Amino acid sequence: MRRRLLLSSSFRLICRVAVYSAILVLVTLLSVVLWLAMERLTLQFFQRGFSLIPDRAGIKAGIWGSFWLISLTAIFSLPVGIGAAVYLEEYASDTRLTRLIKVNLSNLAGVPSIVYGMLGLTVFVRMFGMFGRGIQLNLLSGWLVVPLPFGKSVIAGALTMSLLILPVVIITTQEALRAVPGTIRTASLALGATRWQTIWSQILPASLPGITTGAILAISRAIGETAPLIMVGAVTYCRICPGGIESVQTLLTDPQRVLAAPFDKYTAMPISIYGWITSGPPFMSVAAAGIVVLLFVLTCFNGIAVYIRQRARNKLKW
Amino acid sequence: MSSESISNVPPSVKGVDRDKDMSSHPINVESKGVNFWYGDNQVLFDVSLQVPERSVTAFIGPSGCGKSTFLRCLNRMNDLIEGTRITGELQIEGQDINAKDVDVVLLRKHVGMVFQKSTPFPKSIFDNVAYGPRIAGQRNRAYLADLVESCLRQAALWDEVKDRLQDSAMALSGGQQQRLCIARTLATKPKIILMDEPASALDPASTSRIEDLIGELCNEYTIIIVTHNMQQASRVSHQTAFFFEGKLIELARTTQIFTNPKQKQTEDYITGRFG
Ligand SMILES: Nc1ncnc2c1ncn2[C@@H]1O[C@H](COP(=O)(O)OP(=O)(O)OP(=O)(O)O)[C@@H](O)[C@H]1O
Ligand SMILES: [Mg+2]
Repeated sequence: MRRRLLLSSSFRLICRVAVYSAILVLVTLLSVVLWLAMERLTLQFFQRGFSLIPDRAGIKAGIWGSFWLISLTAIFSLPVGIGAAVYLEEYASDTRLTRLIKVNLSNLAGVPSIVYGMLGLTVFVRMFGMFGRGIQLNLLSGWLVVPLPFGKSVIAGALTMSLLILPVVIITTQEALRAVPGTIRTASLALGATRWQTIWSQILPASLPGITTGAILAISRAIGETAPLIMVGAVTYCRICPGGIESVQTLLTDPQRVLAAPFDKYTAMPISIYGWITSGPPFMSVAAAGIVVLLFVLTCFNGIAVYIRQRARNKLKW
Repeated sequence: MSSESISNVPPSVKGVDRDKDMSSHPINVESKGVNFWYGDNQVLFDVSLQVPERSVTAFIGPSGCGKSTFLRCLNRMNDLIEGTRITGELQIEGQDINAKDVDVVLLRKHVGMVFQKSTPFPKSIFDNVAYGPRIAGQRNRAYLADLVESCLRQAALWDEVKDRLQDSAMALSGGQQQRLCIARTLATKPKIILMDEPASALDPASTSRIEDLIGELCNEYTIIIVTHNMQQASRVSHQTAFFFEGKLIELARTTQIFTNPKQKQTEDYITGRFG
């Protein structure tokens, strides 16, 4: 009896130590970064691009690059991912092929991101060398110039990122769809709804919180991802923002620049940070400031995901 | 065996006249030699029966004998289960419902279904009832409001929910939810309503409300109800079908099944010898 109590209480102690030491490491890390970043976190830091002088370095190009990268990634991967999940869960019959696909999705989610980087390099950046030196496609009477292959442009990076997060988007959407009780499906169909009506007006609304949460988490993974971007050529030393768009106002009022932005070269927040860290001690505080900004963005994304999930949990109960 | 054990048939609910002559009613549902398989497992054997229009038919029988399966054949809900197969002929209003050119969506509007477990959608009460007409393309608000009210009245739920139509249906009690599901089914204007143990998860008060409701609805709709409750079957139905191991053993007037069944198996089941 005493021994069992002793065992139980010492196990509790070990667990507690594990938790607290993890928190301690995290807090130390964060405070060091914050402390380092203090002097750099001024308004100017957000108004400047890359520079070889630490005092003039800023994260603007990184933020706009990440903005374009992530927006395009979302535009490419969410419709495809959610559509694929709906097909797999609601339409596909249980054949060997669909089972094979389902099993391999989780394998794909576990593939190291650098592999996606190499894939993106061959497929999107170089397009298998199909176009020789490269050609320019003039669309919309010259408004939109599409270079082929894409080269080291935002769109090549976004397509690579889309491939990277697609398995995660599909899997989380599948889980959200599976969580909708089957009785809802049967009841809707029994009322004379078609498959599509059932999916659109019952299943998707009911699983929307789950789908959104999964999508946000997948996207926030893409924000922090560095390795594949280095492969597909995000530029470390990049002063410019894609399309030359440096303010929200330009973004909303200059459609020609918006169309050009995806084919511009770019940097991204984690790439900028990587660049500063490798630039030697004078850039340490700049890198720290970049890290703080990146962490802030990620925390916001995760916060939104948690909020949506919490609200859905309070609202829907079957 | 003593005959008194089966002679006490409880009075029927208001609206169900068990002695009514149904011979003038046209045949609404007709099954001719229906066999049914889940994969290789045959669960219905040569089921033939007729259901007259605007009558209540009760299906009774031990668990697993195929009552729900047969019921789901009538609105082709079994199509949703992979690997099922049906032979024989099922006619609704003279039409073979398994024919190639049958529109399943229309069939299901015509043949409504109420499930054992109430299945409200996670939407408002109003949207639940309006769901059927809306997916059929009905957009007229005034029409929908009228329809929702009349269906809720028919389902004897209106007075309880009229002040909170926009509240979530999930907040209703189990009995209210089940009546909401009935109202929702009525809103698609079916001719036939299938009920699979609609009251088995409800308390006695809610159960008797559902039974009264069946009495009111049977003047307009053809109702087929599956139940494990013998008393309930005898209270609400004109005719009763006894299923056993996938076969239809006996179909006769409810009063006759419960007082003087022809088959030994039926008698044994009703008197509680097995099942
Ligand atoms: N989806 C299914 N897949 C395979 N077999 C099934 C399925 N549904 C039912 N069965 C089988 O078919 C037989 C009849 O089932 P059914 O549900 O029709 O019985 P029931 O008479 O409604 O029983 P209960 O009174 O318990 O509801 C059972 O043996 C059951 O195991
Ligand atoms: Mg059943």
